[in-house]
Amino acid sequence: MIENEAIKLHYDIISGDYLKGGEASSNIKKALMQLGIGNSIIRRVCVASYEAEMNIVIHSYGGYMEVKIYEDRIEIIAADTGPEIKDIKLALTEGYSTATEGAREMGFGAGMGLPNIKNTCDDLQIDSAHGDNTIITMKIYF
Amino acid sequence: MKIREIKELLNIEPITCSDKQDVDIKYAFASDLMSDVLALVNNDVVLITGLINIQTIRTAEMKDIKCIIFVRGKVPDENVIELAKQNDICILCTKQIMFNTCGLLYSSGLQGAEINK
Repeated sequence: MIENEAIKLHYDIISGDYLKGGEASSNIKKALMQLGIGNSIIRRVCVASYEAEMNIVIHSYGGYMEVKIYEDRIEIIAADTGPEIKDIKLALTEGYSTATEGAREMGFGAGMGLPNIKNTCDDLQIDSAHGDNTIITMKIYF
Repeated sequence: MKIREIKELLNIEPITCSDKQDVDIKYAFASDLMSDVLALVNNDVVLITGLINIQTIRTAEMKDIKCIIFVRGKVPDENVIELAKQNDICILCTKQIMFNTCGLLYSSGLQGAEINK
């Protein structure tokens, strides 16, 4: 049986655009507030989506974010066009980073992005093995 | 502690949201690392930081932080101030270093944030 999606949001993310980085997550937050979703869920979605969005800005050639709202959960999908994450286990280690100096100047790049996402979400799936794109699927249950 | 009291204690004027001075804040978190703010901050805090770029405001927005104190004499540019205004975030700028700012606030009753770990 195919599940009904209540709402789907889509945002394109530009590589290296630190000024616009975070705009998608800001819009996601506003949309969730308008839907009357609880503050604690919104905060968790915001942490996951903002870290994932900044990962696309910092590390990728560009990509998109999608938020799907179901009856029992919110799913955030962060997809980029590469390069792939070579060692996912290592990338999930707190403090491991391949970020540039530019990212560090913005307050990121301390190797906390993916660990933060993992700690915030109920379920995290990272698919970076096929080709050179990365798709991260994050689920937060109500 | 009200934003008004923070302002008087540090002897500074708010750059944005001067009408929010009666907002009451109990906790503080000091960091230049926005990932730590995102990961650890759990309650309503004043954020003390030397990082004056737009991502500081975005981070505050994500965590519902209502007041930011920029330390070490740094003043953010217009884009940053505008985004703070849009999000009703009060910005204060002090010439004090982070250590002294934290010390002054702590000794006046502000508590460290209860973190998620």
